[in-house]
Amino acid sequence: MTEKKPAVSRTRMRLDQLIKGAREFAAIYRSSTPGLVGLAILMFLVLTAVFAPYISPYDPYTRVDRPLRPPSDKYLLGTNDIGQDIFSELIYGTRVSLTIGFLAAIFTVVIGTLVGVVSGFMGGSVDEVLMRFTDVIMILPSIPLLILLMAIFGRQSYLIMILAISITGWTGTARMVRSSTMSIEERTYVEASKAIGAGEGHIILKHVLPNVSPLIIATMIYQVAGAMMSEAGLSFLGLGDPGHKSWGMVLHYAQTSGGWYANQGYPAWWWIIPPGLLIAFTVASLVLIGQTMEEIINPRLRMR
Amino acid sequence: MRVGKELLRVKDLKVSLIDGGGYKTIIDDVSLSIHEGETVGLIGPTGSGKTVTAKAILGVLQPIGAARPQWSIEGEVLYRGRDLLKISGEEFRRLRGDEVSMIFQKPAGSLNPILEVGEQTGEPVDAHEEIERRRLREMVIDHLGRVELPDAGRRFRWFPHQFSGGEAQRIMIASALICNPSLVVADEPTSDLDVTVQRQVLELLKRVKGEFGLSMLLITHDLGVIAEMSDYVYVMYAGRIIEHGDVYGIFEDPTHPFTRGLLRSTPRIDSDRFELIDMPGELPQPPYDIPGCVFHPRCSQVTDACREKKPVLTECRPGHHVACLRAGET
Repeated sequence: MTEKKPAVSRTRMRLDQLIKGAREFAAIYRSSTPGLVGLAILMFLVLTAVFAPYISPYDPYTRVDRPLRPPSDKYLLGTNDIGQDIFSELIYGTRVSLTIGFLAAIFTVVIGTLVGVVSGFMGGSVDEVLMRFTDVIMILPSIPLLILLMAIFGRQSYLIMILAISITGWTGTARMVRSSTMSIEERTYVEASKAIGAGEGHIILKHVLPNVSPLIIATMIYQVAGAMMSEAGLSFLGLGDPGHKSWGMVLHYAQTSGGWYANQGYPAWWWIIPPGLLIAFTVASLVLIGQTMEEIINPRLRMR
Repeated sequence: MRVGKELLRVKDLKVSLIDGGGYKTIIDDVSLSIHEGETVGLIGPTGSGKTVTAKAILGVLQPIGAARPQWSIEGEVLYRGRDLLKISGEEFRRLRGDEVSMIFQKPAGSLNPILEVGEQTGEPVDAHEEIERRRLREMVIDHLGRVELPDAGRRFRWFPHQFSGGEAQRIMIASALICNPSLVVADEPTSDLDVTVQRQVLELLKRVKGEFGLSMLLITHDLGVIAEMSDYVYVMYAGRIIEHGDVYGIFEDPTHPFTRGLLRSTPRIDSDRFELIDMPGELPQPPYDIPGCVFHPRCSQVTDACREKKPVLTECRPGHHVACLRAGET
């Protein structure tokens, strides 16, 4: 029993510390109006995504009425060309769009951090090779590359889309993590750690990663915004997964199935404007959150 | 006479920066030895290569700056007869912290701001052996107690910013000693502290040195610290050792014009001399490219020979070596 006691208290102390840190963070965050607005929008969207089956009035994949009905009490945002409820489509689309956005951002950041830390820490020829490789990926125009990757590997799967977005998007993170790794490596405590015999793995885990993690988390938020835009773009171009309709897909169908003149020769606005607005609002909310977090992490920005 | 077995012997150490194909020599021809139980002082002006020497001995010279020039280290660093420059990186890593340890100049900067001090103090143990958390914790608290850090048990989980500079240096000393090393390199351990705390840290170093049976390489530019702490002194100037001898020889009868000038420009409580005489000229900046004697541009007794011929360290009297062409004359 005495064996277990310190281990338990250790985890609890850790937890307490984490909670304390989170409280401090929250206290500063609360003073930022834009940050709160962004967070409110995002929370609303996340809740929508989680409770989609309970909120949405209809199944977005079945016909519920005649095609192209304008908005009414029954169909809040009307119906599309094959008579599916657009409001329900968008609610379920929140799920797909957010999932792809967040997962792609996580993969992006993981790849970027891995490359950045290894490159910054190893230095020399490893650094040289990795950075040149990063440069090559970076200068390839990402949209055509994405289109190409999607066209080759998987127009049918949104998992492939997540991978494609991560593969093209990690370069910025890698460069940033590399430079901050290099600056941390020159701090005295890393030198001190080396002088007492710490190995490279130890230094990376104990000194480098904890010190770059705030930066990584802040950029991840921006990566989510970027990934969601890429997803919307690809889906709009028809490279999305038809089994998982995202906002971009809704726009894609509107574009290909005559949404621009379906309203008696005029655009069916209820079909086109809502998904566009949703994408814009989501990206805006993410940027607001990202900026607020950056301000907290980088006090120099707070002065402005 | 130096007593004790020789623990570390540095022979003809030459450290250069490889910068764009060219070599920039930072230190050259540095030889020194440390015997068991000794405190060896290494003194010299800023930029004379003291820290580079120390880091080269410990194998922790880092690529510096954006261009990351590499270091080239030549010579021999014999620790208990083993050449540290020839062993593998992994072997060297195991030796660091366990056998040879280092205390850094800036105590506050030497602690990672986002890691608990308890964990950091135990870092060397963690790096060298598998150890149960609870035992490590006991060990850390024990060592923090031995460096007289008040309330170590309660402050185990505190972060570095919650400690004063003196306390941080105590933590660094505890961390350097936790694996029971034989040799500790202390790189200006008191330069960043204020005077009263300096005194406490020096007393502490003296005490733990006896307690742990350490040998110490003490690097400083503070003559007072050297006079008080060390048994044997090496004087460095512009990347070279220019004089060495036991501490009494250096302070009572300095031979090299630089050492003499240095002592003349320092106030002493036990002397009637009020006037402090400064040395003419400016401190040379590395990399050094001085023909002849490195000190000749500032030397008052310079001759033509000094401008051309590099003086070698010669024994001018028993146990006292100096690198000066005119050493025998005066």
